[in-house]
Amino acid sequence: MTNETTPGQRPEGAIRVTGITKAFGDVEVLKGVDLDVAAGTIVALLGSNGAGKTTLIRILATLLRADAGTAGVHGFDVATQPDRVRESFSLTGQFAAVDEILTGRENLVLVARLRHLPDPGRIADGLLARFSLTDAGGRRVATYSGGMRRRLDIAMSLIGDPPVIFLDEPTTGLDPQARIEVWQAVRELAEGGTTVLLTTQYLEEAESLADRIAILHEGRIIVDGTLAELKALLPPARVEYVEKQPTLEEIFLAVVGTTTTQK
Amino acid sequence: MSTHAVGDTRTLLGRSLRHILRSPDTIVTTAITPVAMLLLFVYVFGGAIESGEEEYVDYLLPGILLITVASGIAYTSYRLFLDLKGGIFERFLSMPIARSAALWGHVLTSLVANLLSVGLVVLVALVMGFRTGAGVLAWLGVAGILVLFTLALTWLAVIAGLAAKSPDGAGGFAYPIIFLPFVSSAFVPTEGMPGPVRWFAEHQPVTSIVDTIRNLFAEQPVGDEAWIAVAWCTGLLVLAYAVAMRVYRRRFA
Repeated sequence: MTNETTPGQRPEGAIRVTGITKAFGDVEVLKGVDLDVAAGTIVALLGSNGAGKTTLIRILATLLRADAGTAGVHGFDVATQPDRVRESFSLTGQFAAVDEILTGRENLVLVARLRHLPDPGRIADGLLARFSLTDAGGRRVATYSGGMRRRLDIAMSLIGDPPVIFLDEPTTGLDPQARIEVWQAVRELAEGGTTVLLTTQYLEEAESLADRIAILHEGRIIVDGTLAELKALLPPARVEYVEKQPTLEEIFLAVVGTTTTQK
Repeated sequence: MSTHAVGDTRTLLGRSLRHILRSPDTIVTTAITPVAMLLLFVYVFGGAIESGEEEYVDYLLPGILLITVASGIAYTSYRLFLDLKGGIFERFLSMPIARSAALWGHVLTSLVANLLSVGLVVLVALVMGFRTGAGVLAWLGVAGILVLFTLALTWLAVIAGLAAKSPDGAGGFAYPIIFLPFVSSAFVPTEGMPGPVRWFAEHQPVTSIVDTIRNLFAEQPVGDEAWIAVAWCTGLLVLAYAVAMRVYRRRFA
């Protein structure tokens, strides 16, 4: 999981960001971001609101041009080969980008068509089953719950099996059960070899999901490492006796029963 | 990627047409105001208006058709605005599709929706006694100029949709265009208007378009008016398209 390079045999960095800067008017949002994400890993980009996480994702997703620096996705440069980059990744934005007037199945078929894949109907049915949406597939998305929308949103991102997936705050605004469902989906992706770059404000989300964690602060990546490496930055742990109170989340999940999360 | 431009546009056109199919009220709403004007002017004011030899409904219909299109394009900017706001537009642009397809899907949908509304208004006019001896060629001429007019206004609507900050802003730009026909030959002949108003009425695009359609319906020679009308529509179309593409490229790298 490390990015150590041996001469002559560079591991394929799925995402490679070097010296990216971006300003909106006088406001410098990114002041020279460097980030390397190894293929098949989950990297969490942490940062407070306005730290520039979404800006960085939008640059990687070819929706925004950087002022300086280079960025590559799956070996292609975002500035000079945007078409090849777009074939290599999928973006799940901060707000579920689904078509409310269409049904869930129609949304999936639409994306499969736009990715120019054969047999869009079969792809749609497969993903509906995988994300427990088969029963809801024929209903308009406007009738879906927040968690169902997010699942559909992620299902739409998986069409065409892109090697890289960007998830911009995938669980913001979701209830605890829906959040666990999304986490499960992300883990399965990484097990299948997909590279995942996700942004989040929830520290426990990064802790639970990510192989590596990068902290974006005031326009730069100030820390980048595994959870163990990050913990080593602080003084060694002391043993303290603290009464273990269940968190409200644990109580909530125990009361409503986590077995229902697949429905 | 341009190899997919046609296929992607067709896919996205299919999507927006499905939207319209599921809310056909937008077609009807677009037609309601023009139909109300048709009724009001023919049955209330019509008796007091000297339009010449012909039936007043025959005189009035061309202007009403332009008003129909002008009110219909508000929905075009509104639909585009909603796509931009909801994030689905960015999803499209982050996929390997032809960049232009995302806009052309909306533009062609606008064309289809407006022509449906126009058809509805023509049907009502026929019931109210509108008659024309126009042949196939003349009808094609009318359809051609209406398509050109709709495309020009649609690209204006695209600018508004791309630039809007709120749903009201997206649709609001259409109101001045809806009222432009009132200061033209659409409702009354321009001869009776006071000097400066008459000058404006006779030199703004609506008058030449209205006169052209009216002459086509009345089986009269269209003359230079037709070329002026085509020039206005084409000029507006090219200008609006250029500005829309500029706004589009500035917003999305």
